[in-house]
Amino acid sequence: MHTLIALFKTSGVFYLTPGMLAMWVIALVLIYLAIAKDYEPLLLLPIGFGILLVNLPLSGLMTPGEGLLWRFYHYGIQWEVIPPLIFLGLGALTDFGPLLANPRLIFLGAGAQAGVYLTFFVAYAMGFDLKEAATVGIIGGADGPTTIFLATKLAPHLLGSCAVAAYSYMALVPIIQPPIMKLLTTRSERVIRMQKGRKVKPLEKIVFPIVAAIVIILLVPASAPLVAMFMLGNLFREAKVVERLTHASQNELLNIVTIFLGLPVGATMNAENFLQPKVIFIFFLGLSAFMFSTATGILLAKLMNLFSRNKINPLLGAAGVSAVPMAARVVHKVAAEADKKNYLLMYAMGPNVAGVIGTVVAAGIFLTLLG
Amino acid sequence: MAEEILAPLAGKVVAVNIAVGDAVEEDEEAMVIEAMKMETPVFIPCNGTIKEIRVKEGAEVEEDDVLAVIE
Repeated sequence: MHTLIALFKTSGVFYLTPGMLAMWVIALVLIYLAIAKDYEPLLLLPIGFGILLVNLPLSGLMTPGEGLLWRFYHYGIQWEVIPPLIFLGLGALTDFGPLLANPRLIFLGAGAQAGVYLTFFVAYAMGFDLKEAATVGIIGGADGPTTIFLATKLAPHLLGSCAVAAYSYMALVPIIQPPIMKLLTTRSERVIRMQKGRKVKPLEKIVFPIVAAIVIILLVPASAPLVAMFMLGNLFREAKVVERLTHASQNELLNIVTIFLGLPVGATMNAENFLQPKVIFIFFLGLSAFMFSTATGILLAKLMNLFSRNKINPLLGAAGVSAVPMAARVVHKVAAEADKKNYLLMYAMGPNVAGVIGTVVAAGIFLTLLG
Repeated sequence: MAEEILAPLAGKVVAVNIAVGDAVEEDEEAMVIEAMKMETPVFIPCNGTIKEIRVKEGAEVEEDDVLAVIE
């Protein structure tokens, strides 16, 4: 009897707080969105479960030095191993052909990053400190691993909220972008047909990751962990002589590492950390970041059109928001609504993948100036 | 007066809605190509009869590959 009481006393039930129960609700909402609505399930499902786990008292899962989830967090995320490995997989999946065929579209990938900087200033004006503001701003880059990478270095207490915001809004891109795209473009702009890009030789696709790595890492050394792995993965893919490595990077490695990305990120969201007024602002600012980025990409395309005879369909600017390939699909769909024979998908992939590089460079710049 | 139906983008043919000998009209949906997990329709460029179909469901095509010929 004594033993039973002793056992009962070790249970975490008595240590539950209303805050923890609120986090359970949030965890279950994310799990619901992942399973029932297919919202970025690869990340939101483990994140949701991680949130639930960390809000079960006494489990010790996040005890520094000992907890299982703490170990995933410390060795995987704090040591900056997991996000770069995700980028290895992403690089192996990325085809830079559409970008190399239409090189001027790289500016649209850069233009969309202006939304990141805009949000940074707004966040700072709203009371976030510089490092926090940068982390909130990078949400607009629509890049999960980069957001996690930057948050870990600049504002770890905001890691969970920024990651959840980033992935949620990525899932909502088909809802967020079209209204802005239609607001900022005229019908006659939306039906612009793109001219065929140049032919890309296989040698170019091999040289590109090598040159990109050299240039970007020399210019922005802080971005090296992510850029290096991204370009290595891309080189694997384009070299075509290491198919086993490419395949592992795209599949086994990427899938395994994804498990260990989401779970510890969710496990940082305990009740004290998350239930703060700041977090509401993060969700609001994250949404604005996506909206600004969509807008700046489109506006840059329109600006470029003032100076060139060969017009760019400005909708392509929205694909600079590097939710790959969602934003590209959205651009294609909105264009097809105006002219069903306009096939923008592959053109949109150009700025889409350029945007990934753009976001990493933006993160590298923040790290250099604020880290 | 033979006209070719070309693939507007690279991808996989997931549906073929025409058969040789069909009388077709401009802008009908001839086939569906899947790329980036998105389905895109391929439209008939002019009125006529299908003379030849060069791909079938499951075929991987590149941009500008000839999918079918109309007369």
